[in-house]
Amino acid sequence: MATKHSRAAARLMISPAVLLLLGWMIVPLAMTLYFSFQRYNLLMPGMEEWTGLANYQYFLTDPAFFDALTNTLLLVGGVLLVTIIGGVLLALLLDQPFFGQGVVRILVIAPFFVMPTVSALVWKNMFLNPVNGLFAHAAKALGLQPYDFFAQAPLASIIGIVSWQWLPFATLILLTALQSLDQEQLEAAEMDGAGPLSRFFHIMLPHLARAITVVILIQTIFLLSVFAEILVTTNGGPGTASTNLTYLIYAQSLLQFDVGGGSAGGVVAIVLANIVAIFLMRMIGKNLEA
Amino acid sequence: MARQVKTRSKVIVTIAAWAVGIAIFFPILWTVITSFKSEADAIADPPVFLFFNWTLENYVTVQERSDYFNHFMNSVVISVGSTLIGLLIAVPAAWAMAFVPGKRTKDLLMWMLSTKMLPPVGVLVPLYLLFRDAGLLDTRIGLVIVLTLINLPIIIWMLYTYFREIPGEILEAARMDGATLKAEILYVLTPMAVPGIASTLLLNIILAWNEAFWTLNLTAANAAPLTAFIASYSSPEGLFYAKLSAASTMAIAPILIMGWFSQKQLVRGLTFGAVK
Repeated sequence: MATKHSRAAARLMISPAVLLLLGWMIVPLAMTLYFSFQRYNLLMPGMEEWTGLANYQYFLTDPAFFDALTNTLLLVGGVLLVTIIGGVLLALLLDQPFFGQGVVRILVIAPFFVMPTVSALVWKNMFLNPVNGLFAHAAKALGLQPYDFFAQAPLASIIGIVSWQWLPFATLILLTALQSLDQEQLEAAEMDGAGPLSRFFHIMLPHLARAITVVILIQTIFLLSVFAEILVTTNGGPGTASTNLTYLIYAQSLLQFDVGGGSAGGVVAIVLANIVAIFLMRMIGKNLEA
Repeated sequence: MARQVKTRSKVIVTIAAWAVGIAIFFPILWTVITSFKSEADAIADPPVFLFFNWTLENYVTVQERSDYFNHFMNSVVISVGSTLIGLLIAVPAAWAMAFVPGKRTKDLLMWMLSTKMLPPVGVLVPLYLLFRDAGLLDTRIGLVIVLTLINLPIIIWMLYTYFREIPGEILEAARMDGATLKAEILYVLTPMAVPGIASTLLLNIILAWNEAFWTLNLTAANAAPLTAFIASYSSPEGLFYAKLSAASTMAIAPILIMGWFSQKQLVRGLTFGAVK
């Protein structure tokens, strides 16, 4: 059906998008790569010089890098764990018939639409603040000592906040997938004497595998780059206790004006993200074929 | 007997589902309620829920002290502007890929998706310097450019999954009936494509409205959208709970309402059509 003429037209229609994305990828990437081999600090203009791999050496041997890497993995892993387990349970609950399904769906999905800076600040000040926060009030009412969340467990607090933002997304996708499950299959299994647990593990969970894969893929992309939540709550501290890779590179480049060091960090972040991406794309590719 | 059991389980599920729903929604509800309190009521221990002197004072203060409306308009211009330009570039591309698929269409789509995997912080330094040199730091136009580019792959993917579902046979049928190319596009394709384009538009405005990496790093006072404006409450102003709540409520209300309308499209949009 497609003629030579329409192919040429199609190519013309696609090219602006391809060229823009290509430029968007190549120009900054090439610059990052170039800067990463330079000694280049914005506070010392005119002192730029080629330093080979020195920036990488500093960045990779900096203890802060190892902390940031660990924190990044904990943050991504922690949020994935909470949102997927919580999301499956919630989806199972919301899939049952009950009164007011539409309204409850709206309530559950709401946190996803709250901008990161708002959710982080509301949680930090109005709930987790050790003096005036709602949790501190509750602790005092129960005769307990208020807990200083961001001083005692900064990373866990951030994991909590980010999980609250992403739980709705996981729930919504898993619920959508669950609703496409063939009811007759479940009924047949029930007739054959399969209990609720074995029905869940042998029918529902395999059916959800694809949706769970998609949730992992998409959330990982976003979670590797968590930034605003850290900026407005802990600034990465105390020390490096809640610094992830994104925040570390931001601090290096825009707070210490170390363009070279920040760029080396950027390259490291890109390499790490690519490892995750290849792994995930393969996983999703396998799942999408089926 | 069976019906009774069914009703009872439905009641139990109803209670559980509502309890969970309200618990998840509670921080938002609490923020909205607090925005109508005086500062003293906002930190009262034990907390006051509904019985306090409701006031609009915080909203007035937030507007007067920090020119809230300017930041609101920045958010509107940046999110709507980047989405519209994105659509302008993406509609032809997605159209061509859906209706004239070639051998490499699939690879092209996967490559576009892969540009989304590039961590923004990896290109923070060069972009910051390019913007500084081009005078684009802290300008609306600068943010429109960046957000257009980062959301372009999602826009193309979303549109592609919608367009692909428009059956090709319908075009042939129209042609058999003697429709001209113009009539074909105007009366057959456009009505079928509009719902997909509309959902893409809605979802991308939401994503751009809430984007909080580039907006925080590339703006200061002038072009700061609401994400960056709210970040200025991080300390010590954030301790004025009532004002923080009023500013937050205004920042999330419009997008929350839009979000509720688009929740069905959200799933397929954000999963690149993999889950429907």
